[in-house]
Amino acid sequence: MTHGAAAVSASGGGSVSPGPALEMRHISKTFPGVRALRDVSLQAWPGEVLALMGENGAGKSTLMKVLSGAYLADAGGEILVGGKPLAIDGPAAARRAGIAIIYQELALAPNLTVAENIYLGAELRRGGRVDRAAMETACAPILARLGAPFGPRAQVGSLSVAEQQMVEIARALHGRSRILVLDEPTTALSARETERLFALIGTLRAEGVALIYISHRMEEVYALADRVTVLRDGASVGTLTREQLTADAIVRMMVGRDLSSFYLKQHADDARTAPVVLEVDGLTDGGRRVHPASFTLHAGEVLGIAGLVGAGRTELARLIFGADRAEAGRVSLDGRTLAIASPRDALDAGIAYLTEDRKVLGLFLDMSCGENINLGVIGRDARFGRLNLRRGRERALAAFRAMRVRAPGPLVNVGSLSGGNQQKVLLGRLLEAEPRVLILDEPTRGVDVGAKSEIYRLIDAQAQRGLGVVVISSDLPEIIGICDRVLVMREGRLVGEVRPEPDPQTGARALSSRRIMQFAAGLAA
Amino acid sequence: MTADTIDSLPPTNAAGMVDPPPRPEDRPGGGAGLSERQVRIRAMLQSLGMLPVLVLLAIGFHLFGGHRFLTGENLSIVAQQASINTVLAAGMTFVILTGGIDLSVGSILAAAAMGALIVSLWPGWWAALAIPAALAIGLLIGVINGSLVALVKLPPFIVTLGTLTAIRGVARLMGADNTVFNPDLAYAWIGNGGIPVGSLTVPWLAVIALAVIVVSWFVLRRTVLGVHIYAVGGNPAAARLSGISVTAVLLFVYAVSGGLAGLGAVMASARLYAANGLQLGQSYELDAIAAVILGGTSFVGGVGSIWGTLVGALIIAVLTNGLILIGVSDIWQFIIKGLVIIGAVALDRFRQQGGART
Repeated sequence: MTHGAAAVSASGGGSVSPGPALEMRHISKTFPGVRALRDVSLQAWPGEVLALMGENGAGKSTLMKVLSGAYLADAGGEILVGGKPLAIDGPAAARRAGIAIIYQELALAPNLTVAENIYLGAELRRGGRVDRAAMETACAPILARLGAPFGPRAQVGSLSVAEQQMVEIARALHGRSRILVLDEPTTALSARETERLFALIGTLRAEGVALIYISHRMEEVYALADRVTVLRDGASVGTLTREQLTADAIVRMMVGRDLSSFYLKQHADDARTAPVVLEVDGLTDGGRRVHPASFTLHAGEVLGIAGLVGAGRTELARLIFGADRAEAGRVSLDGRTLAIASPRDALDAGIAYLTEDRKVLGLFLDMSCGENINLGVIGRDARFGRLNLRRGRERALAAFRAMRVRAPGPLVNVGSLSGGNQQKVLLGRLLEAEPRVLILDEPTRGVDVGAKSEIYRLIDAQAQRGLGVVVISSDLPEIIGICDRVLVMREGRLVGEVRPEPDPQTGARALSSRRIMQFAAGLAA
Repeated sequence: MTADTIDSLPPTNAAGMVDPPPRPEDRPGGGAGLSERQVRIRAMLQSLGMLPVLVLLAIGFHLFGGHRFLTGENLSIVAQQASINTVLAAGMTFVILTGGIDLSVGSILAAAAMGALIVSLWPGWWAALAIPAALAIGLLIGVINGSLVALVKLPPFIVTLGTLTAIRGVARLMGADNTVFNPDLAYAWIGNGGIPVGSLTVPWLAVIALAVIVVSWFVLRRTVLGVHIYAVGGNPAAARLSGISVTAVLLFVYAVSGGLAGLGAVMASARLYAANGLQLGQSYELDAIAAVILGGTSFVGGVGSIWGTLVGALIIAVLTNGLILIGVSDIWQFIIKGLVIIGAVALDRFRQQGGART
């Protein structure tokens, strides 16, 4: 099934290469109880960007950990570098073979300089002392080649994430790496930084480096990749060449179904005639991040809040939820004005908030799924403070199944799950509290495609049940796909409201992404 | 209404793509890949923790100590020796589970014991207030610690380092830097009596310690408050957003630690018929912390068990008793105890890494 790569090799470079820089053949990896990889093969050619795609848990990370020497693959597979079989039995062996992996979490010492980081573990010495001057001189050309806006003496902690990434790449190149793996490198980058990274990747490709690019984002893969290998459930589903690359093809390979059923909006369209469930009136933190904001939310409505990152959307949600203190304004639920001083008050009143940062602000990673699901409601189930263990077990199991969490059972630690499944557990906790209003902050961030569609299904189901749902999202297609109405925030103000309007050509009513962007960018009044 | 395409992507063209096999709707065993039963067994093994070390130590001392260690009489002594540290360590477990530390328990114990002795010398029925006085003093200082940590939001290490020093001074002040002695201490039976079981007596001190462990277990594992303690230790920010009052939880754990130090004061003074503000409880906090760590409770918070703490306290007591029994000098006892603590925790780390590979 796999397409031969020879036809599209060395597309950007011009360096004539006799064969793939890296070849992984029939790689399997079994952990006690699970086969994380089965018979995966891939090739990376010099001067080529190979994108590796797949949902969380599809085996991308495991495969890269095999490549980096962090895991030892099962017997039977082989790894060839430059055509020669190579036993990668540890990180050192991988490094020696010229394989460098740049992870999402950067592995730099922030207190040291750029030069010291590049030479970390291989410092130049003179007479037993570290020769800083020599290191700085030696790595200057590499930094220049990458177009780095900082010098070798800059302290790494003072650099932006994008610049730190550049230091990592410089370190890899300095170690004469010919095979560079980038694991979701744009997660923490702004649009402009992403552009610069892409330019850098282009340079490296032209120099004949073999690049493996792991990403969730289809537009990035579309912009960069010469070929795409898709993994699903630990197996390689296939490889697409650039000519065969379409969104539909990739999604279908990743999840095994079509894009058309991806977004879901089956709840009643006429929510605006339903009673108002949440009313926010002049809510502000005194103008620091949120200027007085007012809006209403109807029962059974999915209301989107769009805007650029930093527009104050999360801050507004936190004010409503009582996570931060409001200076002025009023929040009413079902016509009753609430006095919300803490998240506890909001939850008791029937407002639930899904944080945008589930690992830091949402989940208890040391606890099981069941404990995480129960955490918000154990007080309600308890009698005189004593836990109702049976009720808790039943609740955990029911929610676990309803959310379709993919794990052996509710006793599994939530920290060991993939992002999508963690998000389902967190949503399960919110729904167990039986709220009237759900505020979901970036509900599908860092979530794989399959879990995304399940989360959309859940949101739709809640609207059908008559809950008011607020969805804060930076993903415009998502907002347009699942919301009934969209508010746009800009610089701490609610600057516009977008309702579905008929398309001039087809006449179908839809939310206009152009209108939303105009508001978000400040181009429309 | 359904959106058919993602805006930023080119139009659909499925030609030439590889047809993926149909996706099984519910993958059994997805992510972590362990069956419910395996998870249970693993959890059980982990909860055993340091128990094997304790058993090996006991057997070792028995064999090398002329078969005198595992006798009813000696075990009763070990239980007695372990009891005060067990009580302090139980309180310490609450605090460390929230990611904090309480360095002041030794000083609290001294101050509370001074209070108890002084009150016990009051005339008539007033002397009966000795035990309540000790508990109240412990609780009060615990609440002060808790307020500084939870309300003023100072780091627990600093707060309790401060009270460690200050309360030591208070304890000396209470007795004008003298030993307070009461040969007719009404509650001395607590420190010296026991329940006869056959030819042996189970010391009251051990009974109290065990009761504290059982109650602690109940609070930590069977009440809402207990779950909230673990939650605050695991992720304080998430705990607050989940509607948990982090302030109340922190206040509670430091109050418990202080209160149990007060109970420890009752136990210690009952044994001695006396209290000395300078010497009593010196470096008790270190033994308590060592017991909690030996018990496998994470210093970061959120992970740990009270049974582990009991095992940890017993290991320390067994070491002390056993080393004396086989005639190791006082100096070497210190060195060996320190090394055993480091070695045991290293072993535990190693074992858990082996098991946690998924």
